[in-house]
Amino acid sequence: MSPPPTASALREQQAYVAAQAADARVNVELDTGDMTLNIGPQHPATHGTLRIACQLDGEQVISAEPLMGYMHRGYEKLCEVRTYPQCTTLINRIDWLGSFANEVPFILAAEQLMGVEAPPRAQWIRTILFELSRIANVSLFLGDMGVQVGALTPVFFAFRDRERVLNQIEEVTGGRFHPNFDRIGGLKDDIPRGWIAETHAVMAKMRGFCDEMEDLLMGNEIFQTRCRSVGVIPGDVALSYGLSGANLRASGVDWDLRRDANPGLAWDQVDWRVWTHPDGDSFARYWVRLQETREATKIVDQLLDGIPSGPIMAKVPRIIKVPAGEAYVSTENPLGEMGYYVVSKGGLGPFRVKIRTPSFSNISVVPWVMRGTYVPDIITILGSLYFILGDIDR
Amino acid sequence: MALVDKVKLPKPLSWLLNFGRARSLWVYQWGLACCAIEMGAAFGSPRYDVMRLGVIPFPASPRQADLVVISGTVTDKMAPVIRRLYEQMPEPKYVISMGSCANCGGPYWDSYSVTKGVDQVIPVDVYVPGCPPRPEALLEGIVLLQERIQREDMQERWRGEPIVVPPSTSSSTRVPAAPNASSTAPTSAGAPAVPAGSAQP
Repeated sequence: MSPPPTASALREQQAYVAAQAADARVNVELDTGDMTLNIGPQHPATHGTLRIACQLDGEQVISAEPLMGYMHRGYEKLCEVRTYPQCTTLINRIDWLGSFANEVPFILAAEQLMGVEAPPRAQWIRTILFELSRIANVSLFLGDMGVQVGALTPVFFAFRDRERVLNQIEEVTGGRFHPNFDRIGGLKDDIPRGWIAETHAVMAKMRGFCDEMEDLLMGNEIFQTRCRSVGVIPGDVALSYGLSGANLRASGVDWDLRRDANPGLAWDQVDWRVWTHPDGDSFARYWVRLQETREATKIVDQLLDGIPSGPIMAKVPRIIKVPAGEAYVSTENPLGEMGYYVVSKGGLGPFRVKIRTPSFSNISVVPWVMRGTYVPDIITILGSLYFILGDIDR
Repeated sequence: MALVDKVKLPKPLSWLLNFGRARSLWVYQWGLACCAIEMGAAFGSPRYDVMRLGVIPFPASPRQADLVVISGTVTDKMAPVIRRLYEQMPEPKYVISMGSCANCGGPYWDSYSVTKGVDQVIPVDVYVPGCPPRPEALLEGIVLLQERIQREDMQERWRGEPIVVPPSTSSSTRVPAAPNASSTAPTSAGAPAVPAGSAQP
């Protein structure tokens, strides 16, 4: 026979039972289903004006629906009332971080219709500027991803080092943000004197920036806990949703238009590789973009050493009239596959332009990947998918 | 601050209060489009460093902000949201419209979905031209706004009456901001300021 419990033990036991009962009552009372959480349209984590309507059950997301159109500016319609050279001014502003990369596929499509090919020197400088805008674009992501998980320092580093790349773009094109430098048949101007050495130095600095991000962010335990095995997109799902770019490569799919369908730029002249990661989570997307930035600096370095001499402009008429026909050209832009389907009826401007933008397809996976995640991970996953609103809404 | 709208403040006191207000602007970042990145560069990057002007770019909500920078294209779908968030800001509040799109529609002047200027929706204090304006241009706009606040009659501002700001009387009158209407201006060597009377070739 056990001795009777002491008074204090009895009190403890009663308190325990009461706490359990209170918990049970609360769980019954708090019907946590069917709460709607609205993120945006004005939210710092959405890179602009994306709105996401989430249905929550407690902390868990039941469904998330991206609502778009807050940045719809009607590019495709506007292109119909512009001439070809005027179109590039608009097209610059679709993906506003990698502006030069937007112009290239459109110009290539128009060149294909006209049967003009830019001289090799122009193609090399195009490729260099293309990769520079990729670095300017993705380096901001590398810092911004820190902000999404609560680390403020990396974004300052990103802005600091991004300025160097913008300086180089500005020195060639005159525009630090929207160059509008690509012409049908070549480029507007040649590169200035001394630019090659300066760009080599900047590329070395950008590799330093990548190392810094690797130390600061990727090696950080908190960052890894927030990103590893969060928002996993398997390769087949990524393909079926039409993902492209680093989001697809982070799901283990070896796919890069620069290598697979090079539309005539100088990528096949240099030695580089496509990085993939088998995991498909937020961390993998960050890792792949970091490696790609590093790879892009190497591509630029090699291209700078081998720019061929010659003219930068092919023979094109002063007033550009594109013969009737249709062309689709897509390139591997910083965010993914960006393609222009240009229909010409022989006029000064395109009859119809269909723009295939990477971000639009990339966020179409959001309802699938958000289901079952927790509220704080919404921002991390959105950040790692890396979209730009102008690119989604056009 | 109940005194401010009832009593005419003595000049040194109102100067002091205005001095304080102009140099502790809490700005709500309204990133809409391309200009948002240039605004981010002005506010977040070490090269431009907006905090030396006393502008603090971290309020999490418009309810804590004195100033809002509308940076980017305002579409007809976004305009009601802008109006609503502007109304949530406490008085006295100021608006900087950054970039051609927010000023007048910019390159989308003939688009069916773009609002031709944010001033159709909310009152604007300072317009910063450019597509997008360089971060320096935004800083110039902020400095102009600070001068405006410095010369303001607080009584009028608090009563909500239309404000007539007297022109600057100091000898160092500033030229209005941002001569670079386009981002393609040659700026690496600094755009040479053309004197007002110089003859064009």
